[in-house]
Amino acid sequence: MNVQASLILKLLVVALLACVPLTGESFYIEIVGKILVMAIFAMSLDLLVGFTGLVSFGHAAYFGIAAYAVAILSPQYEAASLWYVLPASIGLSALAAFVIGLFVLRTKGIYFIMVTLAFAQMAYFIFHDTPLGGGSDGMYLNNKPSAAIFGWEPFDLTNEVHMFYFILVMMVLVYLFLTRILQSPFGRALVGIKSNEHRMQSLGYFTFRYKLGAFTLAGALGGLAGFLYAVLFGFVTPELLSWHESGNVLLMVILGGMGNLPGVIAGAFAFEAMREVFADLTKYWQLLMGGVIVAVVLFLPGGLAGIPGRIKRAMQGGDAK
Amino acid sequence: MDFATFLIQTLNSLQYGLLLFLVASGLTLVFGIMGIINLAHGSFYMIGAYLAFVLTSATGSLVMAIALGIPLALAFGAFLEWALFAHLYKRDHLEQVLLTYGLILIFEQLRSLLVGDDVHGVAIPAFLDASIQLTDVMSYPVYRLAISAVCIVLAIALYYVIQRTRLGMMIRAGNDDRTMVEALGININMIYRVVFALGVALAALAGMLAAPISSVFPNMGSHVLIISFVIVVIGGIGSVWGALVAALIVGFADTFGKVLIPELSGIVVYVVMAVVLLWRPEGILKKG
Repeated sequence: MNVQASLILKLLVVALLACVPLTGESFYIEIVGKILVMAIFAMSLDLLVGFTGLVSFGHAAYFGIAAYAVAILSPQYEAASLWYVLPASIGLSALAAFVIGLFVLRTKGIYFIMVTLAFAQMAYFIFHDTPLGGGSDGMYLNNKPSAAIFGWEPFDLTNEVHMFYFILVMMVLVYLFLTRILQSPFGRALVGIKSNEHRMQSLGYFTFRYKLGAFTLAGALGGLAGFLYAVLFGFVTPELLSWHESGNVLLMVILGGMGNLPGVIAGAFAFEAMREVFADLTKYWQLLMGGVIVAVVLFLPGGLAGIPGRIKRAMQGGDAK
Repeated sequence: MDFATFLIQTLNSLQYGLLLFLVASGLTLVFGIMGIINLAHGSFYMIGAYLAFVLTSATGSLVMAIALGIPLALAFGAFLEWALFAHLYKRDHLEQVLLTYGLILIFEQLRSLLVGDDVHGVAIPAFLDASIQLTDVMSYPVYRLAISAVCIVLAIALYYVIQRTRLGMMIRAGNDDRTMVEALGININMIYRVVFALGVALAALAGMLAAPISSVFPNMGSHVLIISFVIVVIGGIGSVWGALVAALIVGFADTFGKVLIPELSGIVVYVVMAVVLLWRPEGILKKG
């Protein structure tokens, strides 16, 4: 696919998504909104897994920390200002990622997977077992943040359509931001670290700083997703930080194809759509979902992003391995 | 904390740690030798517990259930290795994570279809259903002591098999260098199947032993899975003895954490893990 065709395709997808509120069905607006939030979350993880080669199994922590931050920072009976809670929650997630990154980036490979999990579990139990965020019941976000600037209100997050477009704009911005980052010297260095960290070190790169930068950035963007999730649904529970969530977002990344941002967005869509469709069709949805996942691994290495290449190879008559 | 409480908690820690060792030993072997991250390992624990429930209801005795359950678990493990895991050896860790995560969903749903979502109790065998009086008000159940004893016997047996038998030699060799073992004419795939089946059976046995204490409930494998991974990582991947040491550390940390700082008890184990890994990034005993 050449650059122009791919650009047109992307614009088409965004245009199509922008049409979702026209259906007027709250159900679809909310579901697609949730999927877009998950797409942001998955892209933030892909920065680590797909581009830097750091497989984090605790990414839900940053999602959950920002989600709780909105709920805790918002006053109980009035709306907080969006322009204060948004940066504050993202900042808290970034700070958590920075501090945790200082520790976990000392380990490598499978140990890295497990230590990120361990820190995420700590965060999970802090919210689950202490009264800080309502314990295991979680807490409600009674008033969605207000976007008013000196009395002027550009949009209203309590309106589901406004909320949807806010999320859509955020997703497009995150996509453009990550694409830009990956073309920068910083992003190039990350990709270099993924393919060979030792070589990058001998080239004079202080790889730890780059990895810490990527980890913090991924935490911040994961926090943005968590913020949007909390505002969209109006409540937060410790389950947002559970290892199942970390597992699910990792699945979206793998399903979509690591290191491929459009693929990862497709992965988020495929995962959430499967969950919704299967849950609707039958109460045995887990069985179908599990079966699909197993089949994808056995028969479709490279995820969804690998499909165009396979079709191409098949059409050229080569064996689509 | 008075002495009797301390004694009870120590015995509980030992029992919990040893039980976790049964699950973690299989996980670390599969991890170290076959290079497979198996998220479904906790499901084998869950399956074991449900086997105990179903077979005890059918035969009327937990001992019979265990005697029947172990061959079933071994066969199930060998089958899974043949059907699925054998295709995963050359894949990267992420795909293994994905596939075994899918398996968790499948196992949980099958469990729900076959046995339902209720919590079930399993009766302690009559000859172990007693307790030892420690003080006037405190006593300790014999069944928990029996679990510890069984686990200790199994740990010794495992030590014997791995260190003293031909099979154990091949397993250790496979842990070090797969290609070399193959070059020496040993059928490494057979070794893999045996190790995997053994791991499944150990995890299932742990579930069967735990069933009367913890009762049998949906998703019971998931907590054990995460804790077992913590143990494997603290102990050093592939090291069975590391897993034993780590399992005991985790058993004590968790049990005493619950007694001494109940609000933060969930965190204690993970703090221990973080500290150990910062001190020794590759675990206490790396491969052994």
